[in-house]
Amino acid sequence: MKQYETVIGLEVHVELATKTKIFCGCSTAFGGRPNSHTCPVCTGMPGSLPVLNRKVLEYAVAVGMATNCEITRYCKFDRKNYFYPDNPQNYQISQLYLPICRNGYVEIESEGGSRRIGIHEIHMEEDAGKLIHDEWEDCTLVDYNRSGVPLIEIVSEPDMRGAEDVIAYLEKLRLIIRYLGASDCKLQEGSMRADVNLSVREAGTDTLGTRTEMKNLSSFRSITRAIQGERDRQINLLEKGGTVIQETRRWDEAGDTSYAMRSKEDAQDYRYFPDPDLVPISISDDFLEEIRSRQPELRTEKMKRYREEYDIPDYDIEIITESRHMAEIFEAAVALGAQPKKVSNWLMGETLRLLKETGEDPEDICFSPENLAKLIDLTERKVINSTVAKEVFERMFRENVDPETFVEEMGLKMVSDQGALRSIAQEVIASNPQSVADYQNGKEKAIGFLVGQTMKAMKGKADPAGVNQLLKELLRATSESQ
Amino acid sequence: MGIAMADNITNETIDYVSILAKLELTGEEREGARRDMCRMLEYIDKMSELDTEGVEPMSHVFPLQNVFREDEVTGGDGSGDTLKNAPGERENMFLVPRTFD
Amino acid sequence: MEKSEILSLSAVGLGAAVRSGKTTAVEATEAVLEQIEEYDGEYRCYVTVDPEGALRKAALVQKRIEAGELTGPLAGVPVALKDNLCTAGMRTTCSSKMLENYVPAFSAEAVRNLERAGAVIIGKTNMDEFAMGSTTETSYFGVTKNPRNPQHVPGGSSGGSAAAVAARECFFALGSDTGGSIRQPASYCGVVGMKPTYGTVSRYGLVTYGSSLDQIGPLTGNVEDCAVVMEQIASYDRKDSTSLRREDTDFSRALVEDVKGMKIGIPQDYFREGLDPQVRAAVLKAAAVLREKGAVTEEFDLSLVEYAIPAYYTIASAEASSNLERFDGIKYGFRAGGEEGLHQMYKKTRSLGFGPEVKRRIMLGSFVLSSGYYDAYYLKALRVKAMIKEAFDRAFAKYDCILGPVAPTTAPKLDASLSDPMKMYLGDIYTISVNLAGLPAISLPCGTDSRGLPIGLHLIGDSYQEKKLLRIAYTYERTGGVV
Repeated sequence: MKQYETVIGLEVHVELATKTKIFCGCSTAFGGRPNSHTCPVCTGMPGSLPVLNRKVLEYAVAVGMATNCEITRYCKFDRKNYFYPDNPQNYQISQLYLPICRNGYVEIESEGGSRRIGIHEIHMEEDAGKLIHDEWEDCTLVDYNRSGVPLIEIVSEPDMRGAEDVIAYLEKLRLIIRYLGASDCKLQEGSMRADVNLSVREAGTDTLGTRTEMKNLSSFRSITRAIQGERDRQINLLEKGGTVIQETRRWDEAGDTSYAMRSKEDAQDYRYFPDPDLVPISISDDFLEEIRSRQPELRTEKMKRYREEYDIPDYDIEIITESRHMAEIFEAAVALGAQPKKVSNWLMGETLRLLKETGEDPEDICFSPENLAKLIDLTERKVINSTVAKEVFERMFRENVDPETFVEEMGLKMVSDQGALRSIAQEVIASNPQSVADYQNGKEKAIGFLVGQTMKAMKGKADPAGVNQLLKELLRATSESQ
Repeated sequence: MGIAMADNITNETIDYVSILAKLELTGEEREGARRDMCRMLEYIDKMSELDTEGVEPMSHVFPLQNVFREDEVTGGDGSGDTLKNAPGERENMFLVPRTFD
Repeated sequence: MEKSEILSLSAVGLGAAVRSGKTTAVEATEAVLEQIEEYDGEYRCYVTVDPEGALRKAALVQKRIEAGELTGPLAGVPVALKDNLCTAGMRTTCSSKMLENYVPAFSAEAVRNLERAGAVIIGKTNMDEFAMGSTTETSYFGVTKNPRNPQHVPGGSSGGSAAAVAARECFFALGSDTGGSIRQPASYCGVVGMKPTYGTVSRYGLVTYGSSLDQIGPLTGNVEDCAVVMEQIASYDRKDSTSLRREDTDFSRALVEDVKGMKIGIPQDYFREGLDPQVRAAVLKAAAVLREKGAVTEEFDLSLVEYAIPAYYTIASAEASSNLERFDGIKYGFRAGGEEGLHQMYKKTRSLGFGPEVKRRIMLGSFVLSSGYYDAYYLKALRVKAMIKEAFDRAFAKYDCILGPVAPTTAPKLDASLSDPMKMYLGDIYTISVNLAGLPAISLPCGTDSRGLPIGLHLIGDSYQEKKLLRIAYTYERTGGVV
């Protein structure tokens, strides 16, 4: 068999985090009764007209800047005409001739080091409604709540060679867009969707093979599986002397296979033309400057700065900066006086553990940096011990409780009354002669049991190290007096 | 420079365009549509006499630009108005014939 | 007041009579409803009449007038609306089977402006289906007849509105003009019709035909009414991206009888072959009247006139093919079939729901946008449009207004036009370039032909220059057409 190379380009749709739809004032919130977030504009009622949401343009330009694109200074919307029930006007307002961003790139890390994946263009468009198929009743139901939700479509160059590249590219895009706050980019929830254009060619040749487009890929797993499956399908075809047909294929997650989405009723002729109901957009230097000045520090710059400013391991820096939200918590807690390494430990340790446990994402972290700083302070001042601190943190992670108030209210402070501690410790010594004897006979470890018993009697509200020291003192005194 | 399409409108062209436009034409209508389209294009082809070299296509007569709305929610639950003219409705959704083949 | 006396008033005259207590909004509404009762069986101006709603509204308006809450010139004045203007709660059909039972949830912005002014909506007028046609014969609801001579068409597509004004079945009406659809029926019915500068009246709630060409405008009994209605319906609307912010919409201030020194260009290209000699004579006589009043007239070559129709039909059909895609049997309106699945439902619905003229334009529009033809047709037409706009710019560097005929002939007989669509399209030759260039223009009566059919005078202005047109039209109207 010949050696083949896989050539992949991606069309990534990202739902923007605006409050309202792209051309009307309907909410973009998820949920709600079917068709409750609709109005004449987003349901294509006769006589309704679109007006562009300024925020959509701002987000699109911000993403373009962060992905090294040229911003099109004079751009327009075009109509893409096709009949389908999810599209109430039977045309989608999109951009073909003058998309908002062009000729950008992002860098990904791959086996051979850092590589650029070209971005052909980014355009703004509207999302379609949702179709619910009822195979039993042989009908379809349409909900236009998602119709008109703003999207950007990021079209890459065919610069990827395998599933690893694709995942790296998507992760990079997701990171950038989340940093910008332009979208939460959740594949499973559909706020980020990738269509894969794939072709194969004999290794060493330059010409592109015929590509297919695969849709409905809603997880990294299905993207990986679909790429492998399609690559094999195309190679098999070619090996048998067949040819690849340019077509759109739908990935069937359950069946782990793809099938062609073709119908004789679909002529792929979208009759694009500039939407006469919308006016052109002319982007001024001032507008660009405004967006640029609002751009947050992106991850690469942030990592560089962390290395210079904070004495924490590189690994911590990588993890923390993976989420802008986590990085902001880190920075704010440090700014409040917490030691960087201590903050990092809480984020890298308990935070990640609990995120994993709850299946949440770093962007979902709800505790405030103030509370984290307070918690660190409480442990520093030995008001609570580390075991109690973990308990408090868990509550903070779930409900963002104020650790000071919580510790106070729940009575979790370490007992500072040395007299009380001393008498409990003496009781423990008195009631555990065997352990005392073991310890005094050189079994150092026996002290652990006594510490545990004391802590238990103190209901955990003591500093174990302090208890350890006190017990040793008392035992020394006991043995000396004997 | 004229492309004189008028003579080239075949039945296949009509069939293709009627798929795009989602119109079903009977045999007679199809021939009528072909004839009408030929005549109209013959007339429209007159534009090709005109030298438009270097002329920018004008979609909007006025140099109106940058018309935006702010990102603020207006209006509440619109489903009642949205669905009130629906030929088919179920569970607050539009009911359409099966979309899968 | 007597019914006949009420019906002899202009819209502005009626408004004044209501305000001064000589009559009431209810009386005026009753008079119009009686007139409809008596004549509309023959003329068929209306698709929908809402007597109860109108009377209820009139009573309400009357109270507010008496309470001093409504003081404007159109308070209590009955109006008819072309049936492509959305009216909340009142069906809006576009004279199509497709929307036979469609009841919008919202009203067009222009309609809301009239409601705020206290005008009383009587009903919805007949039109060519989706405003495609020049005779009002493509309506699904039957033909409207010209009240001046019921053997003839009222023109179109706003034929029902023009005929209703001519038949005194309303005091004024709104129409829409994509290629002459207000001015040509105004001309055929002997009333005044104005197409404002593109963007002056919000298109929100106007069921779109050609988005870049459509404008709503008034059809009235005289020039004063036209100016006053324009003043009420013109507004900047955030819901329409193509809406213009204008400070100069106090149109009634232009009602001045003085054209001294105004420069009027008469395009030679509008007086060539195809123009009926009687129309030609009447229009040139009107020019002479204006000269007599002190205007300076000059003949000139506008150029490119013969390219306007091809460019127009390319652009309008292309936009229409896309704008009318939403009529698919899913969300509203007519639905047919469905047993054999979605695509059959689409095709059956659209094939049975649209009439032949609409289908003809959808087919043409889909073709000119289709792969391989976009540049040669659509972009070419947009270039021709740019050149036509330039030709007007050159003319308006010299003239305050361009004067010519509205249509090559007076109203044709019923059934004489539809058999030859191309010929019908050619009838739009003087009006459509105005839409391509987004300009304002007015049509007003300037005599009749030997059969007594009205002839229209067409005045075209530069962008934003409605006031110049109104001033010239007003001055001409006051002369009674006599030198």
